Amino acid sequence: MIPLAWYIALSAVLFTIGALGVLVRRNPLVIFMSIELMLNSANLAFIAFSHAFGALSGQVFVFFVMAVAAAEVAVGLALIVAIFRTKHTINVDEMNSLKG
Amino acid sequence: MSLELLLFLILALIAIASALGMLLSRHAVYAALFLVLNFATVAVFYLLLNAPFIAMAQITVYAGAIMVLFLFVIMLLGTEVLPPSPVLPWQRPLAFLLALGLLAESVYLLFFRQRLTLSLPATIDPFSGPKAIGQALFTGYLLPFEITSILLLVAMVGAILLTRKER
Amino acid sequence: MHFSEAMPAGFFSLAPWIVFFPLLGLLVNLIFGKRLPERAIGWIASLASGAAFVVSILLALSLREHAEGTRVLLAEWIHIGNLRLDWAFRVDTLSVTMMLVVSGVGTLIHIYAIGYMHEDVRFKGDPGRYRRFFVFFNLFIVAMMILVGGDSYLMLFVGWEGVGLCSFLLIGFWYDMDTLGRPSWANSNAAKKAFVTNRIGDFGFLMAAFLMFWSFGSLNFDEVFAQAPLLAQAMPGLVIAITLFMLLGVSGKSAQIPLYIWLPDAMAGPTPVSALIHAATMVTAGVYLIARSAPLYVTVPAAQYIVALLGATTALFAATIAVGQYDIKKVLAYSTISQLGFMVAAVGMGAFVAGMFHLVTHAFFKALLFLSAGSVILGLERGHHHLAHATHHGKEHDPHAHAEVFDPGDMRNMGGLRKRMPVTFWLYLIGTLALAGIFPFAGFWSKDEILADAFREGYQAVYWLLTIAAFFTAFYMGRQIWLVFFGEARHEAAAHAQESPWIMTAPLMVLAALSVLGGALNLPGLHSLTSWLEHTLEMVHPGEFIFPVAALSTVLALLALGLSWWVYGRRPLVAGQVDPLKQALGPLFIALENKWYVDEGYWAVFVNRYIALARWLAEKVEWAFWHEWFHDTVLVRGFNFLSQKVLHLRLDRQVVDAFFDGLATLTGRIARRLSPLQNGFVRSYALMVLSGVVLILGYLLLKG
Repeated sequence: MIPLAWYIALSAVLFTIGALGVLVRRNPLVIFMSIELMLNSANLAFIAFSHAFGALSGQVFVFFVMAVAAAEVAVGLALIVAIFRTKHTINVDEMNSLKG
Repeated sequence: MSLELLLFLILALIAIASALGMLLSRHAVYAALFLVLNFATVAVFYLLLNAPFIAMAQITVYAGAIMVLFLFVIMLLGTEVLPPSPVLPWQRPLAFLLALGLLAESVYLLFFRQRLTLSLPATIDPFSGPKAIGQALFTGYLLPFEITSILLLVAMVGAILLTRKER
Repeated sequence: MHFSEAMPAGFFSLAPWIVFFPLLGLLVNLIFGKRLPERAIGWIASLASGAAFVVSILLALSLREHAEGTRVLLAEWIHIGNLRLDWAFRVDTLSVTMMLVVSGVGTLIHIYAIGYMHEDVRFKGDPGRYRRFFVFFNLFIVAMMILVGGDSYLMLFVGWEGVGLCSFLLIGFWYDMDTLGRPSWANSNAAKKAFVTNRIGDFGFLMAAFLMFWSFGSLNFDEVFAQAPLLAQAMPGLVIAITLFMLLGVSGKSAQIPLYIWLPDAMAGPTPVSALIHAATMVTAGVYLIARSAPLYVTVPAAQYIVALLGATTALFAATIAVGQYDIKKVLAYSTISQLGFMVAAVGMGAFVAGMFHLVTHAFFKALLFLSAGSVILGLERGHHHLAHATHHGKEHDPHAHAEVFDPGDMRNMGGLRKRMPVTFWLYLIGTLALAGIFPFAGFWSKDEILADAFREGYQAVYWLLTIAAFFTAFYMGRQIWLVFFGEARHEAAAHAQESPWIMTAPLMVLAALSVLGGALNLPGLHSLTSWLEHTLEMVHPGEFIFPVAALSTVLALLALGLSWWVYGRRPLVAGQVDPLKQALGPLFIALENKWYVDEGYWAVFVNRYIALARWLAEKVEWAFWHEWFHDTVLVRGFNFLSQKVLHLRLDRQVVDAFFDGLATLTGRIARRLSPLQNGFVRSYALMVLSGVVLILGYLLLKG
């Protein structure tokens, strides 16, 4: 028997690490990975609560999150490729103008 | 300490460690590989939490498809390591401080305010098998499910458009 | 039979329609008139008036069955405490007589006006006013019907003011020109003069009404008359005051001394207006008022004597002025004043039937004379127009070629019209004989009855004044006939004058027939009008025919006509010749020509003083004191001090401005401090998001 709070705590820790990754890394690919980590931590909380309350909708929600994440990654990576093609770098610190 | 708890602690340790590994590794390929490990541990958690379908989806979609895509792009662009940046020198310490604050708040909320006393057994029952998920998706969540398919289609078209060579 | 008993009572309830029919005509012309052709407008107005005439006839028929009359309640008006005033119509022999005259003569004049205004608006150059004329005309019928049909002094006053308004509107109908069509304010000044003079009379009327309400507690005819004898015994002075104030109102509306001066100027209105309002109907309202108030007047003989004397004096005074006038309508205007004097004298003497009789016959022949005069004037206009057209024909058109001012109303421009306008001549002659009082025309009977009553009742002064006035009447009418219709044309326009169309002459023929036969209303021995009015005016008695009186007045009239022939007919006036009477009388005639200088006297005594007072008020009180001192000095300086020193410098600059300036500076500073945050680095934005999350979560936790 594992307390529910521990799962949630784990989810919080993973989320924080993900957020930290978004803040401190300069490689957009790693930033993306951090975002994926944050999504995963949220999914973990969903599944834990779904199990605790015996509700299937948590799992369904995770399913949708995965679908959205897949779409996001596809578009995001395409964006990165497009940016690299014009700027020849993907360092986010060198992209601070709002114009293309 | 029960076996379940032991398993949980070991897995949690691996998950946190792999996440930190992703955060700290300078090489983007290593970061990706750490993340794959993290996703795999999370998939085991799903199994413990009686969600076998989601666990399988996690392995195939995340660890399989998405992370492979990441690795592919990293190697394609050749941007595994970036040079150190002179801008925003105060960003890093401030980010760590804020992350600590967030963590502290979460722990306080979880263990001192909410008192979630529920405990979860690590079992697998037919309640949340693929059949149940399928029924839920194709009855109550049919419309969001269909919209998801459109979303994926749009993402695909978008990705193709964005990466197309301009003439 | 049940039917015959039911019907008259049913006709009584039609009484309000004497007002509603003209009102309907008015509204139709007002709302739809713009799309209607001229003829339709004129006929709608005439039909509206004619319908009122039919209703009047039905009311008269009902009165033959139920002579005591009735009161038809239309709506409640003012009910305060004991005061009860209603919109109610009083149907009795007196009011119905007036209704018949107003609507009957009114309808004939309406029909005449269809033809007259058609040409008049074209000569004056504004055909758009055709519709307006008939709207005003119907409005006049409405107001006059309210006046004669009203059941109380207040309702009578509503009509009284209504006809005054119509009179004002129609005198000033060509408000932007003078009588000759030149641009000027002369006509509107005439309208104003009539209005203001009538206001003085209305002041008297209102004073009388207030005193009546104060002493009787009511304004209803029946209630006032019921209490009148009692009050006359207790406080005769009060009743005299009421009747004399009322006389002031009468002298305004019926153009008696001292307020008659507006009526000659009122001839500025189109001729049908002069005929309907300023000869046949409105000006007789005063006579009607006294006849209506007969129970009040008979209680105070002193007031009666004053009324009679005033009327007789006016009759003679106006008749003398008429002798010295050149304008065809001015002569008739003074004649009207004179004849109204006859009526006022009659009702003043208590000869109410004689007064009403003369009112009716006068309405016939004076309307006939005015309308014939209008026909003469238009005939001359046509001749003038024809002439101007003929001379311009072939030449290049020059609008200033005929700038010579032509007065179609001046009798010195006429002469010899008998041949050019034979129909008008014969009609005019009938009117003249009726007015002069020649046997057996209507005027003979009615005027003779007044004279006989004066003689019999012992009003010696009144009798002689009226008899001399009758002599002058015949003389100035004879003078008109000779000047207008005989001799040779003294102006080219008269030489080319054209006869009027049938639509104008047909109503004149009806009026002429009435002028001839009107005497039959109250022939001596028959007294049909007396017995008719007896039901309303209980104090009347049939007048008797006194042969010497009749003989004297007839002889005098014939003498006057003969004298006029001797002066004007024997050697007809030629163009440019001075009036032969002027040569004979000298300064006296000049005084007549200038109306005894009454207007000038009024100016010297009243109007100039009033203007001086007004100027003093305007220049000294309003401008110097109020405007320059109080407004400019006190108010403006005080306001400037308040606004500049206090509000502007202290409040606005130092408090309000300072606050908002500080606010603006603060905002700018904060913005300058915060702008580095917007540095374009995605990671720093993400940091802000996270710090927001941490802060909000912390706040929620601390809050509990």
